[in-house]
Amino acid sequence: MSDTRFPNPFEVPTPEGCEGWENLYPYYYLFSEERREFEESKFWFFDGMHHPEVLYPFDTITSESWWVALGEMNTRVFIVPPALGIDQRVLNGRLYISANAITDEEVVGERVAHFMERAGYYYENWDELYGNWQDKARQTIEDLKAVEVGALPDMESLDVVHSGRGLTSAYDLLVAFNRVVENMHKIWHLHFEFLNLGYAAYLTYFGFCKELFPDIPDQVVAQMVAGIDVLLFRPDAELKKLAAKAVELGVGDAFKSSTEPEVVLGVLEQSEAGQRWIAELEKAKDPWFYFSTGSGFYHHHKTWINDQTFPFSGITDYIGKIEAGISIERPMAEVIAERDRLSAEYAALLDGDDLKNFNDQLGLARTVFPFIEDHNFYVEHWHHAVFWNKMREFGQIFVDAGFFEEVDDMFYLHRFEVEAALYDLISSWGVGTPARGPGYWPKEIVRRKVLFEKLSEWSPPPALGEPPEVVTEPFTIMLWGITTDSIQNWLGLSDDDGGDYDLKGFAGSPGTVEGPARVILSADELADVKEGEVLVCPITNPSWGPVFSKIAAAVTDIGGMMSHASIVCREYGVPAVVGTGFATKKIKTGQRLRVDGAAGTVKVLD
Amino acid sequence: MVAGCAITVPRMGRDFRKPRVVFIQTDLVGQMDGRMKIESRYLLAFEDCLRDCVSLVGGKSTGLGSMIRAGIPVPPGFAITTHAYRAMLTGSGIEAAIAELLDGADSEDVEGLEKTSRMIGDMIETSPMPADVESAIRAGYAELTALCSSEQDAGTEGPGLPVAVRSSATAEDLPGASFAGQQDTFLWVVGVDSVLDHVKRCWSSLYTARAIAYRIEQGYDHEKIYMSVCIQKMVNARAAGVMFTLNPINGDRSKVAVDASWGLGEAVASGEVTPDNYLVDKIAMRIVRRTVSSKAIEYRANPSERRVELSDVPADRMDIPCLSDDEILALSRVARRVETHHGCPQDLEWAIDADLEPPNTIVLLQSRPETVWSGRDRVQVSSGDRSTMDYIVANLLTGVRLRHSSPDTDDGGGTAS
Repeated sequence: MSDTRFPNPFEVPTPEGCEGWENLYPYYYLFSEERREFEESKFWFFDGMHHPEVLYPFDTITSESWWVALGEMNTRVFIVPPALGIDQRVLNGRLYISANAITDEEVVGERVAHFMERAGYYYENWDELYGNWQDKARQTIEDLKAVEVGALPDMESLDVVHSGRGLTSAYDLLVAFNRVVENMHKIWHLHFEFLNLGYAAYLTYFGFCKELFPDIPDQVVAQMVAGIDVLLFRPDAELKKLAAKAVELGVGDAFKSSTEPEVVLGVLEQSEAGQRWIAELEKAKDPWFYFSTGSGFYHHHKTWINDQTFPFSGITDYIGKIEAGISIERPMAEVIAERDRLSAEYAALLDGDDLKNFNDQLGLARTVFPFIEDHNFYVEHWHHAVFWNKMREFGQIFVDAGFFEEVDDMFYLHRFEVEAALYDLISSWGVGTPARGPGYWPKEIVRRKVLFEKLSEWSPPPALGEPPEVVTEPFTIMLWGITTDSIQNWLGLSDDDGGDYDLKGFAGSPGTVEGPARVILSADELADVKEGEVLVCPITNPSWGPVFSKIAAAVTDIGGMMSHASIVCREYGVPAVVGTGFATKKIKTGQRLRVDGAAGTVKVLD
Repeated sequence: MVAGCAITVPRMGRDFRKPRVVFIQTDLVGQMDGRMKIESRYLLAFEDCLRDCVSLVGGKSTGLGSMIRAGIPVPPGFAITTHAYRAMLTGSGIEAAIAELLDGADSEDVEGLEKTSRMIGDMIETSPMPADVESAIRAGYAELTALCSSEQDAGTEGPGLPVAVRSSATAEDLPGASFAGQQDTFLWVVGVDSVLDHVKRCWSSLYTARAIAYRIEQGYDHEKIYMSVCIQKMVNARAAGVMFTLNPINGDRSKVAVDASWGLGEAVASGEVTPDNYLVDKIAMRIVRRTVSSKAIEYRANPSERRVELSDVPADRMDIPCLSDDEILALSRVARRVETHHGCPQDLEWAIDADLEPPNTIVLLQSRPETVWSGRDRVQVSSGDRSTMDYIVANLLTGVRLRHSSPDTDDGGGTAS
């Protein structure tokens, strides 16, 4: 396919009205003349999986954190033989990424011994290290919660004098901001401490299964390691428990009074039984409501803790099901029995070295899988829900000081700009003169909002530059599902295999169903989803749990068979086709679809 | 050991695992304490054809019997034992005449053998069948007809059940003695008189010129080779074919490979059509590959003509799958049961019987051990000298190696294609 390529990043035009978009992002995040030769030699693809929307300048803290952390673990800590980090650039507000495979076999060979020693240590001591990891992750979140964002008083309290502190609220504010920023970097280091090693072990087992049993369905390979008590499903399980409690306490009707949580809570407070239910709710909230209805990567992704509309609608649905006598329990015993049956029956077909290696690799895959399944709750949900709220406390201080009109205006500033604004604020507070901020930022934020709107209208090409002949970098394949085939697909070069379908993606979760489409572009629209519809969305999220018990199937633009969407759909037994590329563009709400989750195909029947 | 002439025929559309036991009420059969008394030794229901009955009913019927007892759906029917064949020869007094004709037969003398064959055949087909044999077969056929008739047909005097009449020499399927293909099969035989005629034709097929020559050359004693006949409900095949309980391409035992086409299975077995091909993971019970072919011809019964005809498949059925996913999976489940029952990979002939009520529409017509892969040791794809760590490194490096060697092969990644 050397005669076909994607646009050169230096030749992609700036959309009309978006001139000056570069100022929203730090200099190192942009394609630039200084690195042009290098950047043109690389193949970049749009990371719509994690960052589908225009990057808010502040929210690049998530992408920048993983940029650093993923790279360091591969390059400097574990010395992954053929792979350095994943590079990032922003173009027209969208995040493009590029793998760094090492192709010099001599260099790769030198790295192997280091990797064997370093990664080997982690695999050997995985359970203990992962146990420590969970403590570290919890402590990091506790540290974040403990950061106090204090206001700037007109006069410091007398304590400051009596204790001879010698430091002020302004200093505390600066420190607090830095602590919160550092905390974000820290949790992302933890995120990648285990992730790539986990995937490497899992994918090795995966490849071995494919070698032993050619054509074994991907989902079946995953089923054999599926977790038993997966954290990601706990929030939904808590909603089910709360629904059951509401029925038990006889307060189920309160949920039918309104879709507004405040109204429902008002009704519940009237009765003693209702108050008991509210007490149960409060117990469940920490940490299970620190759950994003989006990916958690953006400040505006709603969390259950901030907006209870979503969990309350889930509880209401579950109450309806319990009252109708429909079981809402996840069939855990069946999942476990099936996992054991499958692994025993495949093993029974093997003998000799293959049997030993199958058991060893399956064993390691099961060891690493809890991290793969659970890290997402700790980092993107629990931690980030706390993080964004903590940052809003700074936003409020700026609002109080007249820098911004609304708290969330702060996210139109890059964190370095926020730090600059903090200096503006504390110096004016210290000196007792006006800050420039109130005159400068409101106008600038209006300009940025307009720019942002325009950037949102731009359709990012799936990739930039010349694609490699073969995709070799293991993490691109593992984490993003980018393969030689998917690039061909983007280029429209895929061979027509004569199949009867309109869209092809990855077989995410098996089963064939037909149903009307419901195209959802953001979590806010989830309330529109009706029983039996096929959810069509850019990417699904585990926190959409209650929706999975309603829908007939899920179709996503982005994702691979190990993406969260696929894992969740398999757990809920909902057929899914993921990574179709264009489902939300090609499909309209109301169209009848046939989704074949085993073949990975979608047919529009109307 | 001979169990007797009980016909234990499964009811149509019912659970095959619970065959209904029916006793034939004829004057030939006495009853004693509720069990069949072995008075007539001429019939044996398939499910009573135990392995050690092979000298009595031939390999085909014992194979069917073993499958039925394992709960595997097989079209119902019964075997006419070699006792019946022996009674025919002795009772009608032609035994000596046959022996005389065969005495001194020369396997090289093609014309002479043809003549001998015709004479023996005429003798068998024109001599009256012993009365007790004939009435046993009449009773057996009537009972099978009754069992396979739908409730509405009950009591009406129809022409009788269409059956397949197949010969099965008792040495057939025994090591070193292959008579396979030398005996006759008659499809779509309807009515008891026709059945009786075809039974005789099966018997006489033991004396085709080719069969006589074969026995002479192999040194078999003509008088020690007997003929059994199976009478089996004719499958009204909507679709049929063959399947292996492994992937015949690579020997992968986690798969079932199904070849299927419209009508009776003869079209697939003979290679006259390119069948649909389905690959099923039999542990996960998922269809992993479907190849739908253009199926131009099919063998179908013509009930009014009482025969099987080759016809063109209408355009609207030609290019669509001849099996539903449910049927493919049901076939695979049956394949697994048969394999487990026999303890080794199998090569199976099957049909979807349009007369049966869904979901139990599958019938198995034949089961043979698979011979290509099952005789070999599994080829190990990995080595015990390498640790999981070695494999992880190798897996990470796959992509790098590919770039330098063969970009045409699989990219080695773990994602679905």
